[in-house]
Amino acid sequence: MADRKRIDEATGTSTVGHEWDGIEELNAPLPRWWLWTFYASIVWAAGYVVLYPAWPMLHSATQGVLGWSSRGALEQAMQANAVRRAPINTAIAATALTDLPAKPELMQAAVQGGAAAFRVHCVQCHGAGGAGVKKLYPSLTDDDWLWGGDLASIEYTITHGIRNPDHRATRTSQMPAFGRDGILDAAQLADVVSHVRVISKQEKPTAASARGDVLFQANCAVCHGASGAGNRGLGAPKLTDSVWLYGGDRASLAATITQPRNGVMPRWGDRLDPVTVKMLATYVYSLGGGEKAAAPAAVSISEGQGVDGQP
Amino acid sequence: MASPEDLIDPPAALYEARKGVYPKKVDGPFRRFKWAIMGITLAIYYGTPWIRWDRGPYAPDQAVLVDLANRRFYMFQIEIWPHEFYYVAGLLIMAGIGLFLVTSAVGRAWCGYACPQTVWTDLFQHVDRLVDGDRNAQVRLANGPWTAEKVAKRGFKYAIYLAIAFWTGGAWIMYFADAPTLTVDFWSGQAAPVAYGTVAVLTATTFILGGFMREQVCIYMCPWPRIQTAMMDEKSLLVTYKDWRGEPRGSVKKAQAHPGAFGDCVDCNQCVAVCPTGIDIREGPQIGCITCALCIDACDDVMGQIGRPRGLIDYCTLDDAAVEKAGGIGKPVRRTLFRPRTLAYFGVWCAIGAAMLFSLGQRTRLDLAVQHERSPLYVQLSDGHIRNNYTLKLRNMETRPRRVAVTVHGLSSAALWTEAGSRETAQQRVEIALAPDSVTRVRLFVAAPGEGPVRQDFTIATRGLDGDPRGDSDTIQFDRPEAGR
Repeated sequence: MADRKRIDEATGTSTVGHEWDGIEELNAPLPRWWLWTFYASIVWAAGYVVLYPAWPMLHSATQGVLGWSSRGALEQAMQANAVRRAPINTAIAATALTDLPAKPELMQAAVQGGAAAFRVHCVQCHGAGGAGVKKLYPSLTDDDWLWGGDLASIEYTITHGIRNPDHRATRTSQMPAFGRDGILDAAQLADVVSHVRVISKQEKPTAASARGDVLFQANCAVCHGASGAGNRGLGAPKLTDSVWLYGGDRASLAATITQPRNGVMPRWGDRLDPVTVKMLATYVYSLGGGEKAAAPAAVSISEGQGVDGQP
Repeated sequence: MASPEDLIDPPAALYEARKGVYPKKVDGPFRRFKWAIMGITLAIYYGTPWIRWDRGPYAPDQAVLVDLANRRFYMFQIEIWPHEFYYVAGLLIMAGIGLFLVTSAVGRAWCGYACPQTVWTDLFQHVDRLVDGDRNAQVRLANGPWTAEKVAKRGFKYAIYLAIAFWTGGAWIMYFADAPTLTVDFWSGQAAPVAYGTVAVLTATTFILGGFMREQVCIYMCPWPRIQTAMMDEKSLLVTYKDWRGEPRGSVKKAQAHPGAFGDCVDCNQCVAVCPTGIDIREGPQIGCITCALCIDACDDVMGQIGRPRGLIDYCTLDDAAVEKAGGIGKPVRRTLFRPRTLAYFGVWCAIGAAMLFSLGQRTRLDLAVQHERSPLYVQLSDGHIRNNYTLKLRNMETRPRRVAVTVHGLSSAALWTEAGSRETAQQRVEIALAPDSVTRVRLFVAAPGEGPVRQDFTIATRGLDGDPRGDSDTIQFDRPEAGR
């Protein structure tokens, strides 16, 4: 270190007196306002440290006298959002479910709210977008409904669930385990499978399917209907279409008849408020398979066996 | 000149107070040019938001409007949407290349004439002269005691500063909302908090940067001088003191007493007195010189009075300086302006501008973007058909409501419907009403027979049904389940 300050000859600038292996530092003075800005920043920082969380301590940072926290800010934002949404929720609550489609803006809000709730409560089984899971949980996007695809039916299913043994109003039915319980033997079971394959146009009629038809009328028609058209009052699926929840090939059909799944769904009426359920119903309805009101429900009731009060 | 003591142990102040700059009033061609530029740029800045431009009932009637809330940018008959932001990027590139062009040709002309910091500083310096008088009076007042007169003058001057600063901040926000409405809202306390905040910030920055910081901004805060310095070459015009002609300096009397012993510079210091950044151009090119050319006016005036040729301080390239120093004659200005480098910049600048104009003329104002819903990719329908869902984003960029048709091509026996319809009413095409100047999102359901490739490309197209059949299309996939699933 040189201890002497001097004028650098090449530039005419004084040095500050520092020197490292012949490299010297010239004194190009900073403007004084810069210094004041620097002091002002320090004062600002001191105020900030007092007002806001700053010093990291063992378990958390110092709190700051304003009491600000990112979690608190989030809470405030959520509350503000709830306040913002309140009028829409009130309007949805005040509108009958079946009247919603006639009010496009309200319907859109309901569908969006339903989409948000669906992502929280429903995707675990029904999958993102209601795509369903093959052989486990039904798709909500197709045009085939076990318990009905109009708004009221969907809302009822969501509210009361499916096969909740501790809830009287729940959707329920029980398909016997024809194979496991020995109601049909293996050959009969294969004949019934053949018949179901024929009515769903996957196979040509054979002697086996003819035998199966007889067995079907005796054992299955009570729920699935003589022609296999199904019964939504009982959640008995239509057997003549291309949509198979548990598979439509011979092995899958045999497995279903041997040991039916009798799928269950929790009832959400106990957990979610009615507006959320309503919004969920509109969302599911909007996924592509929504059915116009009442007509299908009326059919299922007229065919009998509908549980009291169920649409 | 440093004293011997200073050479041994010079005073090394690490911080330096701002030295007052009190530029003297000057007149001349460059000063008048600066007046003109100042008038034009300030008129553009303060006046533009008030120009009206009729766009019909569905769009604002402000000629230049940056509508951040609705994400639209209006510039006379051009309307730019956020996805067309590349036009703004193109303008920025043009501005960059324009700066290359100007700087390589005429040096720091931007700094000297058009930069807002220069224009507002100039304006505030005129206020100084108006209130305090010219240079000498200003210096006297600045160094004098705080008399009642000084307090009154300072108060009056700062009030004018503040008025200009407030007007400047107020004009800025007019670009972002309907100016007449915003003015009423602003004064009745109805405007958005961000409007008041912006005006407050810009008033403060104008007041401080224009009223007090001035050349400090150019010398310490602004990166532009450094960048521009790097872009200049030996053929760029610089404000140059022709020391080979001026040195050694001597008064007219001395020159008369000793003919031939002195140069043309009479050391009158007028070039220093008029300089808005307070430098001495005779020390050579320096970062503090914004090339405003006021010293040229001042020096030419003096040379005229004492009967010597003008141009002791003049625009001159480094090349010409060397030539003139050796006794030659520099190239004419047009030769320094038109040379391969500047022509290349100008060519690129024009090419980008022409390309942007061409694409502006070619763009369609109906745009379709299709997204295939991925969850699920396909839906098995009861009758064996397969349904795919798509989200259509239809951008109607015209300021009128429109009706458009959406059709599919390359997917046999396809039926389409939207949320408003149903499969029972599905047809080969759907018609959709589009609100003016907005994006309409539509879920499109497409059903097709289950027999076919697992993944098939097809086209969804849209076209106007209201006389303008131009439209847009998007190629997208139709998915089916793999066999056996």
